[in-house]
Amino acid sequence: MVTVNDVVIKIGTVNGTGSASANGLLRKAIFRMGIPVVGKNYFPSNIQGLPTWYEIRVTGDGYQARANRVDLMVAMNAQTYEKDLAEVEPGGWLIYDSTWPRSSLLVRDDITVIGIPFSRFCNEKFEGVRARILMKNIAYVGAVAALLDIDLDIITSLLEETFATKSHMIASNMEAIRLGYDYARENTTCPLPMRVEAMDGTAGKIIIDGNTAAGLGCMYAGATVGAWYPITPSTSLMDAFRDFCGQYRVDPETGKHTYCIIQAEDELAAIGMVLGAAWNGARSFTPTSGPGISLMSEFIGYAYYAEIPAVIFDVQRTGPSTGMPTRTQQCDLLSCAYASHGDTKHVLLFPADPAECFYMALTAFDMAERLQTPVMVLSDLDIGMNDWMVPELEWDENYVPDRGKVLSAEQLEKMDKFYRYLDVDGDGIPYRSLPGIHPKGAYFTRGSGHTKLGAYTEDSDAYQDVIDRLLVKWETARKILPKPEIRYSKANKVGLITFGSGDSACVEALDRLQSEGIGLNYCCIKAFPFGKEVSKFIEQHDVVYVVEQNRDAQLRTLLINDIEANQMKLVPLLHYNGMPINSSFVVDKVLAESAKGRAA
Amino acid sequence: MSYIAKPKVTHPGMPKNKLGLYARDYEGTVSTLCAGCGHDSVTAAIIQAVFELGVEPHMLAKMSGIGCSSKTPAYFVSQSHGFNSVHGRMPSVTTGANAANRELMYIGVTGDGDSLSIGVGQFVHAIRRNVNMCYVIENNGVYGLTKGQFSASADIGSKTKKGEANNQEPIDPVSTAISLGATYIARGFSGDKEQLVPLLKGALTHRGFALVDIISPCVTFNDHEGSTKSYAHTRQFYHHVTDIDYIPPSEEIKTAYAEGETMPIKMHDGGTIVLRKIDRNYDPTSRAAAFKYLRERSNAGEIITGLLYLDESRSEMHELMGNVDTPLSQLPLDGLHPGKEELKNIQNRFR
Ligand SMILES: Cc1ncc(C[n+]2csc(CCOP(=O)(O)OP(=O)(O)O)c2C)c(N)n1
Ligand code: SF4
Ligand SMILES: [Mg+2]
Repeated sequence: MVTVNDVVIKIGTVNGTGSASANGLLRKAIFRMGIPVVGKNYFPSNIQGLPTWYEIRVTGDGYQARANRVDLMVAMNAQTYEKDLAEVEPGGWLIYDSTWPRSSLLVRDDITVIGIPFSRFCNEKFEGVRARILMKNIAYVGAVAALLDIDLDIITSLLEETFATKSHMIASNMEAIRLGYDYARENTTCPLPMRVEAMDGTAGKIIIDGNTAAGLGCMYAGATVGAWYPITPSTSLMDAFRDFCGQYRVDPETGKHTYCIIQAEDELAAIGMVLGAAWNGARSFTPTSGPGISLMSEFIGYAYYAEIPAVIFDVQRTGPSTGMPTRTQQCDLLSCAYASHGDTKHVLLFPADPAECFYMALTAFDMAERLQTPVMVLSDLDIGMNDWMVPELEWDENYVPDRGKVLSAEQLEKMDKFYRYLDVDGDGIPYRSLPGIHPKGAYFTRGSGHTKLGAYTEDSDAYQDVIDRLLVKWETARKILPKPEIRYSKANKVGLITFGSGDSACVEALDRLQSEGIGLNYCCIKAFPFGKEVSKFIEQHDVVYVVEQNRDAQLRTLLINDIEANQMKLVPLLHYNGMPINSSFVVDKVLAESAKGRAA
Repeated sequence: MSYIAKPKVTHPGMPKNKLGLYARDYEGTVSTLCAGCGHDSVTAAIIQAVFELGVEPHMLAKMSGIGCSSKTPAYFVSQSHGFNSVHGRMPSVTTGANAANRELMYIGVTGDGDSLSIGVGQFVHAIRRNVNMCYVIENNGVYGLTKGQFSASADIGSKTKKGEANNQEPIDPVSTAISLGATYIARGFSGDKEQLVPLLKGALTHRGFALVDIISPCVTFNDHEGSTKSYAHTRQFYHHVTDIDYIPPSEEIKTAYAEGETMPIKMHDGGTIVLRKIDRNYDPTSRAAAFKYLRERSNAGEIITGLLYLDESRSEMHELMGNVDTPLSQLPLDGLHPGKEELKNIQNRFR
């Protein structure tokens, strides 16, 4: 039997050996053949020397989640032979570097082990240690191309694009590719019965990681101040913003910048800078991860109470504490939702893929300025640092940024007296003025108790008046935040809720369950506080699975807390080992739960 | 405590500044600090300085952290925006505010607890970035607001009210700032307004980070015998090493100054600081000399005041980053991205 366009390739290499470009080449070549594909990185918290993997899922059906199986393993790292061998599906293949005698570890009867002397080739053909290592990586691209029937012309044109200005590089890379390609063709039956075939599944699609998309979104949103402290897995977000700004935010005549990126001394300073800039009317943001949120908490509460817009990207990683910095989780829901002491709660946005990272960057700035409060975009390592196939990003030319209720000099001039914290419109959102605009706009921003007129207070009623009004604002937020994505059929009695990177695995799982005759309704939540659509979805079902990537069922807790969802209905399905969730996990859990007697 | 709007009664004959405003127009709400607190005198000096400079109130941003000292921005220039932030974090907020709008004049008011303990990291990094601001430390050697614990600026041997002596080395903001390369460094005393006002004027007009460390006694917790931050102790041991006059851009330098003892320094706003050296050998343009002098005198128990170091040549944060002159917060958003077609082009690299 021949399987077409449904194959998982995993490549095990050593961190710091330049395998990323080889892996990218492979992934892009498949994409250019019109075949949907995703790429996931499994990398160590290390710069050089430790094992690292890249997993390419060729997914003709377009599913984006991790597959949870490996069909073709490229085992370039002898340190991990044992583990890599064990991971291959029965009937699968493993390629290794046969320059040296085959390791006794590489023995399995139910798979095909293919030896290719990559190092020997490269040592014969190329000069210098570095070049030999790099070319060895490129050579396995050739071997995989032969085995899976990937179009060599496409690989050639990709190399030509990459090395447009260095033609000698094209030649040497092609030479390395041919070494692997030809050897594989001469010594094995190519292609394998599991292979790729050109199709038309990528028109209008791009492959992008969430951090790049979010950085691009910030540039398009008109963010001018970005403050940050480096932390995996959020760092590449600011890197992307910087690159895009370098390209589009430098005055061609004067060379001057219309952006200001400040590498802060820590996350406390980063969020302080964001608040200072936002107070002054700039769209400002900070990307971080869980440990950064912990440090920022005092200021986040300040911004909630003093009502200052701020955009925070939390690219979540595995906690607690330092946890596993290069592994993924959705474990900061509670710490973000209720960051800081006192009665605080914050608006959260949940992008489900990189495209939503782009659009939600815009939404985040709009909502932060509309609601005058911090907005946190909860991405995660899986979305932020992996290569997803998403529809091409579209710019809506009719987009009008929502700057919120900011008074102009003319409006202030006409006013008798301006009060910063007065709820004039009844939506819980007061008007604000920006420093330097008009003397009448002056007010004193403070985190201490204040009256609705903005004055310092220790008076119980006056204090309570303001924090109660913040609840009115909270309800406004609930109404205007992005709505959940819901798939509902009356025929189904059981629902499934997830958010963020859980989406891809759940959508795939629901299709799989449906094909077995088990129908579930679906709700992918996009924001906190939860809109009435979420409440309704829960009310419509007797059982609702809540799929999330943390140990403590944090989304479930929020549902119970925020909309008083019936906790008896909410069945947690929790995936929290640090790897991206996959559809098999969801399918197996749903089947197991229904076997226990819960309806499905 | 309550918020009391002070009546702004003006008297004919009271001096007006170039904007036609009276000093009274630069006042704030009534102070709620202890009677006699040094911080109130600093507030008065700030009011005088911004009045004399003719600062447009709404173009001044008053930034602070937490502490008795950090409350004071409420007590001056009510028509300015204020940002009373969290403990020790005024520098980061000011850095971000300045990043967004470089046209405002920033005054940060903080305490020795706020800036030398919880916020020491932000203090030194604001210097390192050379944020264009006037940074006032109201230095009383204690945490006033939490009732008198020693702060990091307490001198060795200085005693609490109960008689316990501090035995840890103090962190001196002035020598810290010199070693970090701050570009305007002054020390004053809340009890010497005549010296303080020009120091503040120079700091407010200086382009770059200007530190004014002000000995500002806490009458309630640190003004007793045995304290080295009391009024009495400061009066006894403080020495002007320089005195300055700030001459605004529009005025000529009229007074005749004796050669060798004075030094005119041109400021970026077009004004001039005329610096009179009390000690002829003092060189306020040399970091090494200033540091050495300061260490020697402080070892001798003296409190050196005046403009201690000045460098008008260094670039401030925006210049270092190469930012546009227009405040970033005032750039129209639709001019900040390349639009629909270019978004398509950008995405070619993602295929
Ligand atoms: C995070 C945090 N920790 C502790 C405090 C309590 N606190 C308030 S003011 C202060 C010390 C202020 O000392 P200083 O800056 O010297 O101001 P002073 O009152 O002496 O003018 C402390 C510790 C706080 N407000 N926030
Ligand atoms: S406690 Fe000290 S610092 Fe605070 S107001 Fe009173 S005198 Fe001033
Ligand atoms: Mg103090």
